[in-house]
Amino acid sequence: MTSRSRGAAGEGSGHFIAQRFTAIALLALGPWFVIAAALSLRGGEYAAAIDFLSHPVNAVATILLLVLGLYHMQLGMQEVVLDYIAKPTTKVLLLVLNALVPLALGAGAIFAVLAVNFGV
Amino acid sequence: MAGATRPRERPLSPHLQVWRWHITMASSILHRLTGIALYGAAILLALWLMAVAGGPEMYAPVQAFLASPSGQAGLYLAVAAFAYHLANGVRHLVFDFGRGLNPSDADSSAWFAILFALAAPFGVWALATFGA
Repeated sequence: MTSRSRGAAGEGSGHFIAQRFTAIALLALGPWFVIAAALSLRGGEYAAAIDFLSHPVNAVATILLLVLGLYHMQLGMQEVVLDYIAKPTTKVLLLVLNALVPLALGAGAIFAVLAVNFGV
Repeated sequence: MAGATRPRERPLSPHLQVWRWHITMASSILHRLTGIALYGAAILLALWLMAVAGGPEMYAPVQAFLASPSGQAGLYLAVAAFAYHLANGVRHLVFDFGRGLNPSDADSSAWFAILFALAAPFGVWALATFGA
């Protein structure tokens, strides 16, 4: 394997590309969710939330928003931690936390969307 | 000490404190700040979904909080942070293609992102209030 385009850390431009691709997908998913939520969930009633998530398109788009949004924010927070936290123990602790928190949230929230639809 | 000379004055990198505040600097800092804020908003969105799945009893306090003044202010800030990060993100994607980098374009696009962020929550509020 050559060193070409892999960079000093050996992981190349994968982080950069993943951040851009998720950003482009979120350009559609993010505004969709904000507008759909404003129109469908405005009253804040429980029944409105269930109706919204019970629609297949809404459920799938919400799951996509969760996966890509949580991944995008994990990449961004990784950059922030590496930029500002110099102390090795704090840095590693925050990086591990940043690896686990979006994963746990994603699993819980996707399970929640499925539970609303299929009743667990 | 005899013979010891002061080290030659080396050029220093520009310190944040001596920089004139300018809009492109603010836009860069705001991108990070809103990104960090949206991390919190995403955590709350995930918890909201879990509360919905948890049933009406679990959802009731969440609904009460969202309707309260602090909940409404939180929603305003979340929409503003999202709108800013979105508009400035597009700005950065344009920058990635080497466009819009001259000072006047970068300044006006930074202002656009900030004004868009301030206006967007009112747009969303109008949709929620008057939308079909």
